[in-house]
Amino acid sequence: MTEAILSGNEAIARGAWEAGVEVAAAYPGTPSTEILENVSQYPEIYAEWSANEKVALDVAIGAAYAGRRAMAAMKHVGLNVASESLFYSSYTGVNAGLVIINADDPGLHSSQNEQDNRHYARFAKVPMLEPSDSQEAKEMVGAALDLSEQFDTPVIVRTTTRTSHAKSVVTLEERRVYEKRPYEKNPRKYVMIPGFARQRHPVVEERMLRLAEYAESCPYNRVEMGDTALGIVTCGPSYQYAREVFPQASFLKLGMVWPLPEKLLRDFAAKVERLIVVEELDPFFEEHIRALGIPVEGKSIFPLVGEFTPDVVRQAAYVAGLIQEPPVPRAFDKGDLPMRPPVLCAGCGHRDVFWSLRKLKVAVNSDIGCYALGVMPPIGATDTIGCMGASIGVATGMRRGGLEKDNVAVIGDSTFFHAGLPALASAVYNQTPITVVIVDNRTTGMTGHQGNPGSGLTLRGEGGQRIDIEAVVRAIGVDHVRTVHSNQRSELEQALREAIKHDAPSVVIAETPCIFVSAHLREPYVVVEEDCNGCTLCMRIGCPAILKSEKLDEKSGRPLAFIDATACTGCGLCFDVCARQAILEGALKTDTTSSVEAMA
Amino acid sequence: MDEQEKIYSLLFAGVGGQGSLLAAEITARAAVRAGYDVKQTEVHGVSQRGGSVETHVRFGPKVWSPVVTPGRADVVVGLEKLEALRFAHFGHPRDGVVLVNDHEILPGSVPDAEAKYPHEALDFLRRKGYRVVALKASEMARDLGDGRMANVVLLGALSTMLPIPQAVWLETLQHRIPEKYRQPNLRAFAEGRAAVGQPTP
Repeated sequence: MTEAILSGNEAIARGAWEAGVEVAAAYPGTPSTEILENVSQYPEIYAEWSANEKVALDVAIGAAYAGRRAMAAMKHVGLNVASESLFYSSYTGVNAGLVIINADDPGLHSSQNEQDNRHYARFAKVPMLEPSDSQEAKEMVGAALDLSEQFDTPVIVRTTTRTSHAKSVVTLEERRVYEKRPYEKNPRKYVMIPGFARQRHPVVEERMLRLAEYAESCPYNRVEMGDTALGIVTCGPSYQYAREVFPQASFLKLGMVWPLPEKLLRDFAAKVERLIVVEELDPFFEEHIRALGIPVEGKSIFPLVGEFTPDVVRQAAYVAGLIQEPPVPRAFDKGDLPMRPPVLCAGCGHRDVFWSLRKLKVAVNSDIGCYALGVMPPIGATDTIGCMGASIGVATGMRRGGLEKDNVAVIGDSTFFHAGLPALASAVYNQTPITVVIVDNRTTGMTGHQGNPGSGLTLRGEGGQRIDIEAVVRAIGVDHVRTVHSNQRSELEQALREAIKHDAPSVVIAETPCIFVSAHLREPYVVVEEDCNGCTLCMRIGCPAILKSEKLDEKSGRPLAFIDATACTGCGLCFDVCARQAILEGALKTDTTSSVEAMA
Repeated sequence: MDEQEKIYSLLFAGVGGQGSLLAAEITARAAVRAGYDVKQTEVHGVSQRGGSVETHVRFGPKVWSPVVTPGRADVVVGLEKLEALRFAHFGHPRDGVVLVNDHEILPGSVPDAEAKYPHEALDFLRRKGYRVVALKASEMARDLGDGRMANVVLLGALSTMLPIPQAVWLETLQHRIPEKYRQPNLRAFAEGRAAVGQPTP
């Protein structure tokens, strides 16, 4: 028996392989990204980055219809994008098993909102499992696929950031092989026109009753009796925290979080004197239990907002009088410690774009990706950010809504293919004179440099077909299109000015090749100490390679600028902004292809 | 608590690119190899070059939470002084050790970082009652050929504070570190042990 220490995401990939998954699709999104990255190491599984989560789920649904076990993976807000497909697949059911991995992000480590996706299981009427550690994460993929085939339904496995990213010990097993199930044409099952869908709805309702029956004996719903003074209903990582904080209590650990086992809940409640629910985010179990007429406490004790930790649970339990031992004070006064906030990398081309936009004093409707950092000081160019692809629609609306100044939408290459295309089509169709800046860094940067249709690199790193953004934009009907390398700052600024002035939809494609996927053009730049007077102009571009020197200007007493040669990638924005020509341009590198060539 | 049931809680703090995650991972693997139940988690969202990195490791006969509770860590391993101070409150106020690389990395994106940097962090923590073990790990590693091995120097010192046998640490390092870098890293580990008074036999 082999053991390994795996993250929840690694364990899910392993679980998919062991359980005979043959098709897997996803769009990257924290905290779910590593699932497909790890799946891609198993040659038996066809795995792809799809253009967005809805496409990924449709691909997985199609594979399941065709008769092979399939998986789609996404973060919580990705399931918002894919929700329409979730709802129809609940009606059609599957053929071979279909598992949807959904990674919630309590605490918004890397998301625009917190949401509790257990609601989706209830909403779309599908079962949901939730692991508490990596071993369960691995097992539940297989269990979900078995359930999917047994009950003819998609099954969601929900994780949270903590389950996805925490590592724990997992027992590895061999891959199980399943024969392909034959596909049989059956429009009444797979064609959701109203007449057929109407007949599927009662099937779904009846399925949920059978699943609720199954939940009573599901091996992942586990009673662990201890002292009966306190009974705790919990799931996911909250189970681990609660076990630690309440070592003596009795537990009903729900691994199947929807549908809920009514009889099991009633029996457990009857055995304990006081029943509480420890659950992150919404009072999902609590409200259901209360609706059964069982007295229960939950959100009156534990927070509704944010990620739990043992400390959060302990503090709340102490305040509520559930434990007697006072928690250790959280922190002590350490003074005002400087933070290390996320910033655009040294040499990032997004900085050039935002620097220009700030100079032009336009409103910026930005989007999801590294370039969201354009809102941070000292650049601070951004007005709005919502969700994937929102930039273009919001820019259209602000134009139509009478905004007092010019505005531009800023969207990355991956995000453009994800959800920007329909919004741009709408703007062209209705001839709203917006300007869209597509910051094309040829990668999906924020999630760790995954390929996308604009880079042409597939999940396995093999060359797929690269889709030319300029050609797409022209084909959609944008007449005014300019492609500029973000490094060519005066041309970039000129292109932006012209596009903003243009009285029909316009697009500027700013090529901002990510420093992690392209060669650097120049050697590091250097500050000429005799010419620098410490004016700080170069520090206002927010480049992490530009520091303050220990040397001071003789007249002003201000520290001179200093460029960290290990961080500088030779982009030259500081050179352009310096008013005293006190920065020496790095020499052109000779032994490397230019980033523009490397991109082509 | 009974020594047999004790859960060891460690917090590794550093700046992205310093290898604190690798140090945590090697510790977790060594603990698995030594037969313990182990959990490990990173607790920072956007970990990138230059950002704060915070990794929790817990091991014992049975570990529930992967997340360490403030005030309960046996050792806070700081690869950098500011980060050691930032996470020091995770250390047990009476028995906890703050094992720190006496090395400063100024936060590049912060204006006046030099003025705001807590240069007296170690004395401050000692005054607060913490047991501070400070090593010039970056300098020691640089003398061995590569300053980036500061993480392994600290691991050497950490190994003297945990019940994982020395042989298991060495096996884990040999397993985890690519051949090309193995010998200098093993030397860095030995130097770290020696620096806290436990030379490798």
